[in-house]
Amino acid sequence: MSALTVRPLNPLEWLGGPALACAAASLLFAVPARLFGWPLPEPVFPMAAAFAWAIIRPSVLPPFVLLGLGFFLDLVWGGPLGLWPICLLITYAPVLFAQRFVSQLEFLALWASYAVVCALSLAAGWVLVSLRAATAVNMLAVVWQYVATVMLFPVAFLVIKRYERADMRFR
Amino acid sequence: MPLREGPFGDIRPSILWVAGLALAMAGMVAAGVYFSDHRAGPRSGVYGAARRGADSIAAPADAVISTPFRWLDHGAGWIGDYVAAGSQNHDLKREVMRERRWRDVAMALQLENARLRALMGVRTDPPIPMVVGQTVLEARGPFSHGRLVDVGAARGVTEGNPVLSDHGLVGRVAGVAPGASRILMLTDAESRVPVLLPRTNGRAILTGDGGSNPTLAFLRTHDALRQGDRVLTSGDGGVFPRGLPVGTVVRGFDGDWRVSLDSDEAPVDFVRILLFTDFSQLAPPAGLAPATLATTATAPPPPPPPVLKTPEASPPARPGLPVPASPAGR
Repeated sequence: MSALTVRPLNPLEWLGGPALACAAASLLFAVPARLFGWPLPEPVFPMAAAFAWAIIRPSVLPPFVLLGLGFFLDLVWGGPLGLWPICLLITYAPVLFAQRFVSQLEFLALWASYAVVCALSLAAGWVLVSLRAATAVNMLAVVWQYVATVMLFPVAFLVIKRYERADMRFR
Repeated sequence: MPLREGPFGDIRPSILWVAGLALAMAGMVAAGVYFSDHRAGPRSGVYGAARRGADSIAAPADAVISTPFRWLDHGAGWIGDYVAAGSQNHDLKREVMRERRWRDVAMALQLENARLRALMGVRTDPPIPMVVGQTVLEARGPFSHGRLVDVGAARGVTEGNPVLSDHGLVGRVAGVAPGASRILMLTDAESRVPVLLPRTNGRAILTGDGGSNPTLAFLRTHDALRQGDRVLTSGDGGVFPRGLPVGTVVRGFDGDWRVSLDSDEAPVDFVRILLFTDFSQLAPPAGLAPATLATTATAPPPPPPPVLKTPEASPPARPGLPVPASPAGR
């Protein structure tokens, strides 16, 4: 393998940077502010990072970083501990195992696949919370969060484009 | 012997499988925490301490972050008020004229109520002390509806205290740190509040589902509900005082009866936390459930039976004849 095709990825750069950005954005969007009388949307920022990390390369670290980000979301949003780690890992897992296929997709197809894994993840969250609360969680509220999260795909695409050629062993 | 020189030295697991193993481990940790948190209760043990610690850190941090947004909001509100001042003035004048009539009626009723209470010797509820807090963080997602406010145990707030905005009930305190409190909103999927429908004298449980309009579950009422019926807290169970305004009844898209919350009429930026003591806590729990129950050996002797005085004029009861019932027993 030539040295030209392998550029070691610095975990602080491809994992630490996006993770910090996701945490900061989640805190920022949790501010009780109104935009033209409407509350700010509440997208799940780490879901975009989970999708991008699974495509960039398989690695041991991302699941544990997602675990940490998930607990952070649980603590900030005040939900049951462990909910968002499960949802984020459900986003990450299918893309990781289909990485060679998904990484070849074009922009729109990649967006569609991101929408599918987001739906899978939020559906899992819906089932877990509905069982826990013994009441069906409002689907409209889930759809709002889903739409806001799917709209984050261009950010995930930028991260993928930045690091996808870094390590050609996984292309 | 180094591992590479051993019999397994030639085995090179694919990075994909190693990543998959890490994923499985992380998944097991997440699932373990989720289900053990469910069993242990939301505010107990290590998880409760983690939440309190996070709330203590997040409250001042988000208070700083939200300050520019608050200024922006106030600025936009000021400009909006300035632009709409003319029409608002016109509307307010009409409203004042309407309200003056109601004020006279209310004053008359207040006087009458005071007189009747004095006549009947009614003891009204004592006023409930409260503290005011500012919202510094809010969760609006489908799986958790909560707020973090900047007052906590240091100001006397305890878990379960009801929380109101200017317009009505918002939720209750679900967790307390020294300088911050976590509020569980009425719309959260885990929120349950017993409510009263004054027009029909009906009862229901206001059940949050993550949407903006909670449902009325276990509805029990003689008359059919109508759109616009008022909903108040019933006080059942003792967690909330009776009569706090909650909202009005509306028919949801799904055909269920739901409640349009009064607190939705304006942004919930400042809240009042009622330092309300649940009346079920007034009796000491130790006295209600003693650690050791009395047995036949340790129980105090029963009081002697009361001596019945029979009137001397009444004839003695004879076997085979019915005993006349005493007037008190009728």
